[in-house]
Amino acid sequence: MTTVLTAQALGKRYGRRWALRECTIDIPAGHVVGLVGPNGAGKTTLLKLASGQLEPTAGDIAVLGGRPGGTPAQLARVGFVAQDTPAYAGLTVAEHLRLGARLNPRWDDGMARERVARLGLDPAQRAGKLSGGQRAQLALTLGLAKRPELLILDEPVASLDPLARREFLQGLMEATAEHELSVVLSSHLVSDLERICDYLIVLVDSRVQVAGETDRLLAAHHRLTGPRRDPDRLPAGQHVVSARHTDRQSTYVVRTDAPIHDPAWTVTRLSLEDLVLAYMDKPAAADRRAPLEVQR
Amino acid sequence: MIWLTWRQLRGAAVMTAILLGLLAAVLVPTGSQLAADYTGGLAACIRGDDCVGFYDQLFDDYEIPFLASILVVLILPAMIGLFWGAPLITRELEADTHLLVWNQSITRTRWLAVKLGFTGLIAVAAAGTAGLAVTWWSGPLDQSAPEGFALMDPLVFSARGIAPLGYAAFAFALGVTVGMLVRRTLPAMALTLVAFAAVQLAMPLLVRPHLIPPVTSAFELGRENVDGFGINRDGTFDVRIKAAIPGHTGAWVLSSELVDPSGRTIAVSGQDGRITGVSTTSGACAPAAGSPDGCPAEVNRLGYRQKATYQPLERFWPLQWIETGIYALLTAGLTGLCFRWIRRRLS
Repeated sequence: MTTVLTAQALGKRYGRRWALRECTIDIPAGHVVGLVGPNGAGKTTLLKLASGQLEPTAGDIAVLGGRPGGTPAQLARVGFVAQDTPAYAGLTVAEHLRLGARLNPRWDDGMARERVARLGLDPAQRAGKLSGGQRAQLALTLGLAKRPELLILDEPVASLDPLARREFLQGLMEATAEHELSVVLSSHLVSDLERICDYLIVLVDSRVQVAGETDRLLAAHHRLTGPRRDPDRLPAGQHVVSARHTDRQSTYVVRTDAPIHDPAWTVTRLSLEDLVLAYMDKPAAADRRAPLEVQR
Repeated sequence: MIWLTWRQLRGAAVMTAILLGLLAAVLVPTGSQLAADYTGGLAACIRGDDCVGFYDQLFDDYEIPFLASILVVLILPAMIGLFWGAPLITRELEADTHLLVWNQSITRTRWLAVKLGFTGLIAVAAAGTAGLAVTWWSGPLDQSAPEGFALMDPLVFSARGIAPLGYAAFAFALGVTVGMLVRRTLPAMALTLVAFAAVQLAMPLLVRPHLIPPVTSAFELGRENVDGFGINRDGTFDVRIKAAIPGHTGAWVLSSELVDPSGRTIAVSGQDGRITGVSTTSGACAPAAGSPDGCPAEVNRLGYRQKATYQPLERFWPLQWIETGIYALLTAGLTGLCFRWIRRRLS
């Protein structure tokens, strides 16, 4: 298996509003994929499509080579931790593990118990009495002990305090290394993803803006600062991601595979956060989208 | 999945079991006592030939538990729809736990099938047990109940035999369906109650009388169907008839009218109907007449009759089966809707 998720012109419409449109991506296996974008960009929609909770309105999606959510076998291969990590308030931690054991053929009971013990969760505690961080850990345990090939997490740390957030991501990272599973997780905060993701998808305005391995993305994006200049006068190989102008000065974020030789520019590398913010800078993206589509 | 469904239902099921246990604790001893009173009293009254008096006495003695048991059986299905049906799915949607359970290795269709099937079965079993227990308990009273409380009368009919099973299944499925559409527990409960009450009223008022075409026929006036005679000051003569029919004790009378010799309706039961051609100064209907049975014979001779439309008592079980069947079909329809909905709409 070389890809965990492929989508072709995938779209989902609610009434007249497209929550996701023309999404074409191909995520290779073995990555921890960060899906980042502002609130309401369509992250949850994409993840729900991938786990089979939603049916696409347009296009196709395949997860691990199969149609999402259709059969118990497919469901067994994909784990999903929903936003705000819901759990049955009336059931104890132990009963959640029993639920997992009953409903999943590949359930790893030893691993689940060991994880719960290591996290210091009391098996007799009702889930409704757990803290947000503990509940998130319980949900993650359920997702991991199912032994999926792909684990999807929708904003798992959004409501956690910084310490719980770090512990959660730490646990996720360890499990990923241990069990060789692919992970897709979404967040609207790049700082959450920076340390653990090696693949990034930026989703803005219900469209995929950029997707790729973080190393390559960072190598291919540059910030150019120099005397004011029109975007038309940039070399053909340089795609403008965002542009800022003052009276005298222009600042561009460009994507290019070729080195930049123009001595007029001061070239700086971007951090992952800068890169994502550049794509979220909507007006520039909108200006540039039209010509890009013509080129295709 | 059955384990999870049972785990979620456990509290409510134990509660219901306790209530049913209490009901049994009341019904079993009083029921045996009631049966003993009935057989003893009946033997005595057949010798003494005043069984009407005995029936009235027996019914008076047990009237309050009789009515209370009917109420329990009528309310139980509504409670099941409200507290088991409506929250079944909405509780998951409100807490987002559906997202947890739908991402275990089990399809939603299967999840819904187990939840509906298992919970529904227990619900129907609970309501059925209560219905049959009350049917057993009130057996002697149903043999002797006065007009208005007989086996075929709408309220009593709904609380006897197998109909409560159908009501419970329907109420449960209705609650689940409304819950799926409304997606919030409290509005779903309110809506379920309103819809269920509407159906439960429409059934005896509009549908049940026509499940089997009712019988219409004319009866001579007599002791059983005449409520009273009246002589007005101007010498005219009135007859008031009842909703009972001679020779068909326990029938469900849908309409009872007094018709004149040409077949025209002159009064419905409970109203006075003017009889022409009866002498109020002499003859059988005069106040001075000796036998009280002579006057109806006189009115009959003139051609006045009671015209009644009714469902005879023998149709109790056919009507029970048909009505339960209708509720089973409604339940199946709603269940189908639930499955359609979970496949296409919910997320």
